[in-house]
Amino acid sequence: MAEIVSLTAAIGSAIHDGDTVAMEGFTHLIPHAAGREVIRQRRRGLTLVRMTPDVIYDQLIGAGCARKLVFSWGGNPGVGSLHRFRDAVENSWPGPLEIEEHSHAGMANRYVAGASGLPFAVLRGYAGTGLAGQPASIREITCPFTGEQLTAVSALRPDVTVIHAQRADRAGNVQFWGITGVQKEAVLAAQRSVVTVEEIVDELDPRPGAVVLPAWTVGYVAEVPGGAHPSYALDYSARDNDFYVAWDAISRDREAFTAWLEREVLA
Amino acid sequence: MSDDTADYTADEMMTVTAARTLRDQMTCFVGIGLPSAAANLARATHAPGLVLIYESGTIGAKPGGLPLSIGDGILAQTADAVVSVPEIFNYWLQPGRIDLGFLGAAQIDKFGNINTTVIGEYAAPKIRLPGAGGAPEIASCCREVTVVLRQNLRAFTGRLDFITSVGFGDGPGTRQRLGLAGAGPQKIITDLGVLEPDDTCEFVLTGVYPGVSVRDVRARTGWELRVSPELAQIPAPGPAELTALRALQAKGA
Repeated sequence: MAEIVSLTAAIGSAIHDGDTVAMEGFTHLIPHAAGREVIRQRRRGLTLVRMTPDVIYDQLIGAGCARKLVFSWGGNPGVGSLHRFRDAVENSWPGPLEIEEHSHAGMANRYVAGASGLPFAVLRGYAGTGLAGQPASIREITCPFTGEQLTAVSALRPDVTVIHAQRADRAGNVQFWGITGVQKEAVLAAQRSVVTVEEIVDELDPRPGAVVLPAWTVGYVAEVPGGAHPSYALDYSARDNDFYVAWDAISRDREAFTAWLEREVLA
Repeated sequence: MSDDTADYTADEMMTVTAARTLRDQMTCFVGIGLPSAAANLARATHAPGLVLIYESGTIGAKPGGLPLSIGDGILAQTADAVVSVPEIFNYWLQPGRIDLGFLGAAQIDKFGNINTTVIGEYAAPKIRLPGAGGAPEIASCCREVTVVLRQNLRAFTGRLDFITSVGFGDGPGTRQRLGLAGAGPQKIITDLGVLEPDDTCEFVLTGVYPGVSVRDVRARTGWELRVSPELAQIPAPGPAELTALRALQAKGA
């Protein structure tokens, strides 16, 4: 049953060194404040899982929180490279980063398998690509009904999933709408979960296309207005496109990044 | 390029050329950048009924300007339907419901195979690129694919460092052998002209832009580029096309 706590308490209780952590949100509703809190609490050795590592994981990787990254597209959307991610992969700075990479369809299906309590999911994908040679998470499978060759991907079962949502009620029922991405699957696939919300309200009135996660599927809820910034929360905030552009220069240089980290996160 | 064509950029020429290939009522899976600009230009000009589908799960999005990311709020607010990410890939892309996929590339070979993963060795890359995203399944499942990228010797290579998305593999029959349902890449649109596959699945030059010679294109292609006997001279962007494109860009999202 969901506990309503502070962000500091939620991250402190839910995320431990060495955990496998998924922070999801597909461009919309990215849990940036929670990511910065993980940096502040100096977690180490994390396996970070996310379809689009984006600026949020660029920060965690640069801050030295990650041992491994499981992902499908590692760029700064609409801008260019993720420089901290590149520096880790190309030069092992601030430490080596193991990678396990998939396609979006593969990652989405791995979460679906995790949420469904299945060991794997089946899709048409990867055939003929260089990604297929990862037997730990991608195998060929024969359809038992038609004999067709398909691809199996192993389930993702994070220790913790972290998401940002528009609202929760006082019982901890969570509601989010707009581009809802893969967050429902990521929460249901995980052992524990942290949800930051724009606001806690008395009652969740219906919204078109909303996903509701009942309180008994959620671990911790923390009220963090603006917690998606520089990403956005539809009907609460706008995407800060200027920050994504500015991130290119901040993250390109190790010293500039370290100074930003000290000033904006750790101070 | 001569002076009378100097009032538009190479990117504008590419975008307009890509937009012209889109037909009204088509369903089109688009990524951010030039593909999104081309698709929105087509929708603003000759193809008002074009259905834009972004991998964020927005189906039938109608942005008034160009979004910076595939998940901008304007896409969700103007869409016919917004679905989850597993759903957009499993229910919409995978069964072959989508007519056309637009892809970019860091490297492409003569069979239209694409690398967006690494330059250099995978285990010790010289340049780590973003990776696959939605591209492998867009390349395999859309009814056809158009690839848009600038033409130079680094991009148009004899041998890819990594196959992220499959075009025609190593030639005729590969797609059938791999069970890839779509027809594969049918056009590569560059800043010099257009390439299309012949019956051996090899991309040949089928059109050039004003002021571009076959020699220019060959000098920026890393394989022995063949030229179609019916090489087209692709017209420069018209005033209506340029005005509409610049208005979209000025508006942003």
